[in-house]
Amino acid sequence: MMSVIEVKDVSASYRKNQVLHNVNFEVQPGTLTAIIGPNGAGKSTLLKVLLELHPKLSGSVSFLGSNLKRMKKRIGYVPQRGSVDWDFPTHALDVVTMGLYGHIGWFRRPNRKHVERAMACLKQMGMEDYAYRQISQLSGGQQQRVFLARALVQDADLYFMDEPLAGVDAATEKAIMHTLKELKEQGKTVMVVHHDLQTVEDYFDHVLLLNRSVWAHGPTKEVFTQDNVYRTYGGTLRWMKEA
Amino acid sequence: MSYAMWILLTASLVGLSCGIVGALLILRRMAMMADAISHSVLLGIVVAYLITRELSGIHMLIGAVIAGLLTAVLVQWFHSRGVQKDASIGVVFTTMFAIGVVLIATKVGNAHLDTKHALMGEITFIPWEKVQVPWLGEIPQATLTLSAVLLLVVFIILIFYKEWKITSFDPALAASLGIPVVLMHYIFMSMVSLTTVAAFDAVGAIMVVAMLITPAASAYLWTDRLSIMMMLSALFGVVSAIMGYYIAVWLDTSISGSMAFATGLVFLLSFLFSPKHGLASRLHYRSAAADS
Repeated sequence: MMSVIEVKDVSASYRKNQVLHNVNFEVQPGTLTAIIGPNGAGKSTLLKVLLELHPKLSGSVSFLGSNLKRMKKRIGYVPQRGSVDWDFPTHALDVVTMGLYGHIGWFRRPNRKHVERAMACLKQMGMEDYAYRQISQLSGGQQQRVFLARALVQDADLYFMDEPLAGVDAATEKAIMHTLKELKEQGKTVMVVHHDLQTVEDYFDHVLLLNRSVWAHGPTKEVFTQDNVYRTYGGTLRWMKEA
Repeated sequence: MSYAMWILLTASLVGLSCGIVGALLILRRMAMMADAISHSVLLGIVVAYLITRELSGIHMLIGAVIAGLLTAVLVQWFHSRGVQKDASIGVVFTTMFAIGVVLIATKVGNAHLDTKHALMGEITFIPWEKVQVPWLGEIPQATLTLSAVLLLVVFIILIFYKEWKITSFDPALAASLGIPVVLMHYIFMSMVSLTTVAAFDAVGAIMVVAMLITPAASAYLWTDRLSIMMMLSALFGVVSAIMGYYIAVWLDTSISGSMAFATGLVFLLSFLFSPKHGLASRLHYRSAAADS
């Protein structure tokens, strides 16, 4: 089967420090992959490099054998929740509608159909009652659900999500994981930067262990071993499940 | 139209255009860039004058846009090479402003272009410098320039409204959707430069910062909707401009200074009494919570 993503020898630096060094991996369609690694391992940078939001020094990235430009409309991105200003004067439904701005195109405004689609996605995340709530009045978990709804409305085939489970309540975590599994069942490919080692086995069928380069990548059952995790985290691992 | 009416109209146009642009400035967290651009456009004006020997609208506008863009590019360039953002802004605009001041003092100083005028503006002279416009008759040059810039700014904001919103709120998502975030940034910097230089004659480099930032910061306290914030900000700009004029007449003092003072008053009232974020309502809710 053709890979959805093919990353070859990608290197990137951030403020003169090299954060990614010869990263190589391929991702198969219909998989749900956790990207894990210690702080500063380059997880967020990797997503940004794949989406060309951050320049790479060398290497190549292809999506279904094509380049990013052609695939943009089929890729959804969920940035870290902390990367935006939640005091921005707007409401939840409006934020979700932003996911459609690429489809709507230049010189046109979102119409009723677009807003209805956004509303349906909010509903899917259990957030329809908060549609017109100013976004700063939402809890962290609710804000994350709004971001997920915005990704859903993009109706992409490939999703990149940066720590969607960071700092959310248990109910939100459950709702988000349910949504991610549904996406996977629909044949979509999802890559998630994840921080909680305890839930990797339950949530993800693939795992990519990253610390500047890829230390291990493959099906969770084969790759998520104590050995690999220790090697990736070096001395920085504070927690490991008793095997 | 009477002398006072021209001044009020011109001041209101400053309030409108600065208010609208200011709303986006605040939301893009670029208030300090307004300060920078409002000073560095002086260099653009002086250089444009040196080249063309004219101080008319279009040359000034082009000079200002180039100076504004140069400021934005230089600030970014230093920042990307390890200089802190605020330090980078401080270095770039003071240097460009200083070159402008030096050039004025040595080469081009005359009745129309001097440092005091550049800093404080002189709205009282505006009704004297009129140009002939078809159908409208004689109108002051500054009023004409401001109207043209206001129309252009409103047009650009309206046709790219959703792009302004998404690039201000979530530039990373905007870029991933294929919206040219960097280009939008420089278009915005051009709009700030145009607005600044159009308002320059009337209120000067320092007061234009007050007109750009303070009404917008006040509007931010009153609403949770971007469109309403922009309209309120424009309204506050106009109210401050008119209020400032009458304060100046009453106290027999600087008009531009009084206008800037009026923006401060509007902000103070907003800060104390706005229902959503105001100090009074917050204290009220706190005591209500303590009672229950």
